[in-house]
Amino acid sequence: MRKPLSEVTSLSLLIEAGAAAGRVVATRDHALFLDDFATASLFGDDLDALEGRSVVLFVGDMAMAAAALIDLDGWARRIVLCPPGWDAAKLASVVIDAEADALVHDAEREAPKVDVPLFAPCRLPMRPLRKRPVATRRTEWVLPTSGTSGPPKLVVHTLDSLMGAIGAAPTQQWATFYDVRRYGGLQIFLRALAGQGSLQLSGVDESVDSFLSRLGDGEITHISGTPSHWRKVLMSANARRIDPDYVRLSGEIANDSVLESLRALYPRARVEHAYASTEAGVVFSVDDGQAGFPAAWLARKGAVEMKIVDGALRVRSSRIASRFLGADAPPLTDEDGFIDTGDMVERRGERLYFVGRRGGIINVGGAKVHPEEVEAVLNAHAAVRASRVFARRNPIVGALVVGEVVLRDAQVSRDGLERDILAACRAHLPAHMTPALLRFVADLPMTDAGKLARHG
Amino acid sequence: MSLRSTILEQIRAVAAEQDKTIAPLTDDLPLLESGLDSLCFAILIARLEDLTGQDPFNAGGVSRFPRTVGDLVLFYEETLV
Repeated sequence: MRKPLSEVTSLSLLIEAGAAAGRVVATRDHALFLDDFATASLFGDDLDALEGRSVVLFVGDMAMAAAALIDLDGWARRIVLCPPGWDAAKLASVVIDAEADALVHDAEREAPKVDVPLFAPCRLPMRPLRKRPVATRRTEWVLPTSGTSGPPKLVVHTLDSLMGAIGAAPTQQWATFYDVRRYGGLQIFLRALAGQGSLQLSGVDESVDSFLSRLGDGEITHISGTPSHWRKVLMSANARRIDPDYVRLSGEIANDSVLESLRALYPRARVEHAYASTEAGVVFSVDDGQAGFPAAWLARKGAVEMKIVDGALRVRSSRIASRFLGADAPPLTDEDGFIDTGDMVERRGERLYFVGRRGGIINVGGAKVHPEEVEAVLNAHAAVRASRVFARRNPIVGALVVGEVVLRDAQVSRDGLERDILAACRAHLPAHMTPALLRFVADLPMTDAGKLARHG
Repeated sequence: MSLRSTILEQIRAVAAEQDKTIAPLTDDLPLLESGLDSLCFAILIARLEDLTGQDPFNAGGVSRFPRTVGDLVLFYEETLV
């Protein structure tokens, strides 16, 4: 008889409670057998040295990150989960704000140069462990998110807040396109561990086609990804290699077209889109097949409460983060305990729809782009006087970055100028931040306060 | 210029800008194997919308996605009729 989830205090105990032969968390390159955690750890017996520490988890491989989470939850005081592909330059401020006293890194790579007393290099396969310690500490889980400028914000959760939306479930065989180090992927990781089944993870350099083909060789019942991931699935010849019971979309606004297309592709599956964020946790999921959500939900009292202030959604629940870390960190909630999500909603009839981010953060296939950062690069070009960068709706990646430019000299020859300005952007910005289209305009709209008008 | 050659020309232009090497553009080439990533597709579709005035991906009632280069051309041809 297994314990109810509410009585399980750490991931290693959760796995023990759901012990079943052959359960696995696998990427293309590695398979972690959950039963092995009783007698092995990513750190071998060096796991002892990490007890009670604030640990920064900075590893490349997702399977390695997953193993470290199982090892460290309930054992470390705090785990800081660096997203994949992170620049080591960001670590300095993270180490200070998280009061880190240990850093986990790839044994194959040089340790990043940061000021911590303990470095824990790791590699797979796992190493033998004399005895798995009973891990009952209430570990803080810290998820960094990117801010407009300056260092990343460190969002603090506990296993309880992260698992608030997860109930006991019959055997579910999960797969996800997400990385487990981001909130959306972490939710699926925890769902899989809380259940009785396995989890298949997609590698950073694994194409959707080959991931689907790999999934098709096994048995997948539940699968999750962003609408952008799903649009790639819809274009893949291997889409029908899987036949899931449940399809989940989250992380971006799901529109009717992608929902309808998925229902047509997988007529047997329940297709659900979820709304969640690192700060606000899982807010709700919608399974009536339509974009948006019922306006009546605003009046609901229960696990999650919502209200709209100045067009943006605010959320209060036991699943929200507890605070931001750091000496100068702003408060996480308003005085009533609601988190301002910054997600703008619009009412049409009896339904509410997400329309974008306040402040115009552009979401290009899950990657956040701050228009101001792109404008700064455009404005640095000798021929440019002013610029405005905004989103253009796109069926493949949700939104694209486009730019309008006012030239310093309206009479100047425009031959080759567009190419030259875009080349400057590419030299300074990643591909998804470089404007996909650039227009020359005579003037840019301003607000009454004399600021660049970003909407309309 | 025919719609087909407009589309093929834009595929090559976007690939060149994004520094991608693409496979020879035959009708049966799966789009996911063409060498273009999703950002390239996104840009391609935005450019084609500007050139043709149509975005068949957002046309009402559409519940299918093109798989090959030939599908993509057909997709625009059908929408523009």
